[in-house]
Amino acid sequence: MTNQSSPKSTDAPSIATKLDNWLDQRTGVDSILHETLDEPIPGGASWAYIFGSGLLFLFVSQVITGVFLALYYVPSADHAHTVVSYIIKVVSSGSFIRSIHAYGSSGIIILLCLHIGQTILYGSYKGRRELLWLSGCILMALMLGMAFTGYLLPWDEKAYFATAVGTNLVAEVPFIGPILQKLIRGGDQMGTLTISRFFVLHVFILPAMLIGFIASHVFFFRKAGAAGPIKEDPVHPKLPTVPFYPRQVFMDAIFAIVLIGILAVIAKTIPMSLGPAANPADTHFLPRPEWYYRPAFQWLKYLSGRWSLIGGILLPALLALIFAAAPFLDRRLERRPWRRPISVGAFLLFLIAYTSLGIASYHDDYSDPGLAAQMHKQDADAEAFMQAPFVPEAAAGSVSAALASADPKVLKGQALFQAQSCNSCHGEGGIGTAAAGPLTNIGKKYTDPQLIALLHAPNSAMTNGGMQPVDLKPDDLGALAAYLDQLH
Amino acid sequence: MELTPQTNDGLKVEPSGRRSFVGALFAMSAAAVSTLLAIPLVRFSTYPLRKAATETDWSDVGPVEEMSSLTEPTAKTITMERRDAWQTTSSQTAVYVLPSKTGQFRILSPICPHLGCSVRWVGDQDKFICPCHSGSFTADGERIAGPPPRSMDTLESKVEGGMLKVRYQYFRQLVPTKEVMA
Repeated sequence: MTNQSSPKSTDAPSIATKLDNWLDQRTGVDSILHETLDEPIPGGASWAYIFGSGLLFLFVSQVITGVFLALYYVPSADHAHTVVSYIIKVVSSGSFIRSIHAYGSSGIIILLCLHIGQTILYGSYKGRRELLWLSGCILMALMLGMAFTGYLLPWDEKAYFATAVGTNLVAEVPFIGPILQKLIRGGDQMGTLTISRFFVLHVFILPAMLIGFIASHVFFFRKAGAAGPIKEDPVHPKLPTVPFYPRQVFMDAIFAIVLIGILAVIAKTIPMSLGPAANPADTHFLPRPEWYYRPAFQWLKYLSGRWSLIGGILLPALLALIFAAAPFLDRRLERRPWRRPISVGAFLLFLIAYTSLGIASYHDDYSDPGLAAQMHKQDADAEAFMQAPFVPEAAAGSVSAALASADPKVLKGQALFQAQSCNSCHGEGGIGTAAAGPLTNIGKKYTDPQLIALLHAPNSAMTNGGMQPVDLKPDDLGALAAYLDQLH
Repeated sequence: MELTPQTNDGLKVEPSGRRSFVGALFAMSAAAVSTLLAIPLVRFSTYPLRKAATETDWSDVGPVEEMSSLTEPTAKTITMERRDAWQTTSSQTAVYVLPSKTGQFRILSPICPHLGCSVRWVGDQDKFICPCHSGSFTADGERIAGPPPRSMDTLESKVEGGMLKVRYQYFRQLVPTKEVMA
């Protein structure tokens, strides 16, 4: 520990100081703190630098709210929607936490744009910062992946159809498209395996990768140092430096409070809605992605035939490649934006084009009366679903689930199965217990008359196991046999 | 180490008073953020603590007029609905409704207090007899003979809107007194 603060006050050290010393001697926490907080910023703190830490803050908020949501979530096509509806309608603060999580993803996308915009405008990707930039590009891709995979999980109409369209695009990829699509969906169609796959990506794989790349992004950032204002030399800064703490930390903290404040206000006033459960048979539903994917969605409308491959896959891939290669292509150390018309202009052009596409998409939807009516109907359906009370789901195999369809004879047999105590040894639904074997699929082994005969007069193996002859009227025996017949 | 903070050229030294003020400011903002998020998160995760204890619901046995005409203990099948968070499970079971003498109904659990087999009503002998170990009970469910340690268990019942209802419960076996199993 080289930079130990000289003990000026020789009075008895306070408990806090003692604890701090104890910890520091064992962990070196003080030097870590110094390392973190005294990061030199050429030219001092600025509000322009708050977006990176804002992103980190929102990421942490997503992780926390995400872990809590997982307390109730079940990744399965037949439960996901009920469970999300349970979270927002029954569990305390459930709607608020889900809204913070769902709106948080939009917040991250907005901050990504601001963070990237600031980096491009300030030319702060220059001067030995290629890896910093590349790790940032990967982080952006991962975040977009998080937004895409998370969107499906509530399994309501809009989630289902937006993801169906999104995964259809994958099939356009040359050569491996169809296989890739099947792999992502876990089959030819969207289904319960799609949810499992998206869940695993959203909860395990992408977050793990995000944490890894955030760590490397921060590491590369500290290695290269803060770039400082636009006139600063990005490799050998000349301006006097000011430590990160307290001014920049203060600005970052204010920004974090503003962010969470905005999210909380939106979450409280306009809770994130949940539409009716996904119904793949619904042919009227207009699939629309979240707002940040709207421009890409609109772009695809203009492409048809072979253009869909060029415009839908190759062009975006080329743009992404150029974007990722920015620090390799633009190697001058000049940082002032007005001296770099090409890179700044290209970014602005992309921004304008992307925004216009988004606006065009909304305009198309709401200027056509037919589309607008359907869009309003979809909103109204979601609103109605939000207002409706929570309806629990009947567990599979429970009587009420089976009652609707079952044959009355089978139902009678089931009641007899319980009244006669068959279930005390053979288990509920004849699944078997330690006392007696299972009866499932017994209908494949014996015909009904054979079953009735055995019930009436058990064979020696059965009596040795404790089976009693079943003494019932022929009608009832027939019903019991009918019930046994359908056990599986 | 190259990363040792090349701080401030000795120009910027924060007065200690200001440092602690800034520290307090951070503590306050941290508190603001955490209350904003922490309170909902705690409420969210502790929801099961505040949820009203799920009592076993009352199940319908049958209309009162039908039950009043019974002349001997009769097995009736009831459906028990149980709410398990976001799903409902239901199962069927039988109960014995005793003939009502005074308009008061008594309902017996068919489960033998010995080892849990379903006791049968044997009309010819005017007795309940357990098929497993031949424990026997009177028509009122009082223990007569055999291994059962106590009489048959009475279930809570009530009449509501012309319908006889029962609250089905399980009781501990092999003990001389009736104990509800949670």
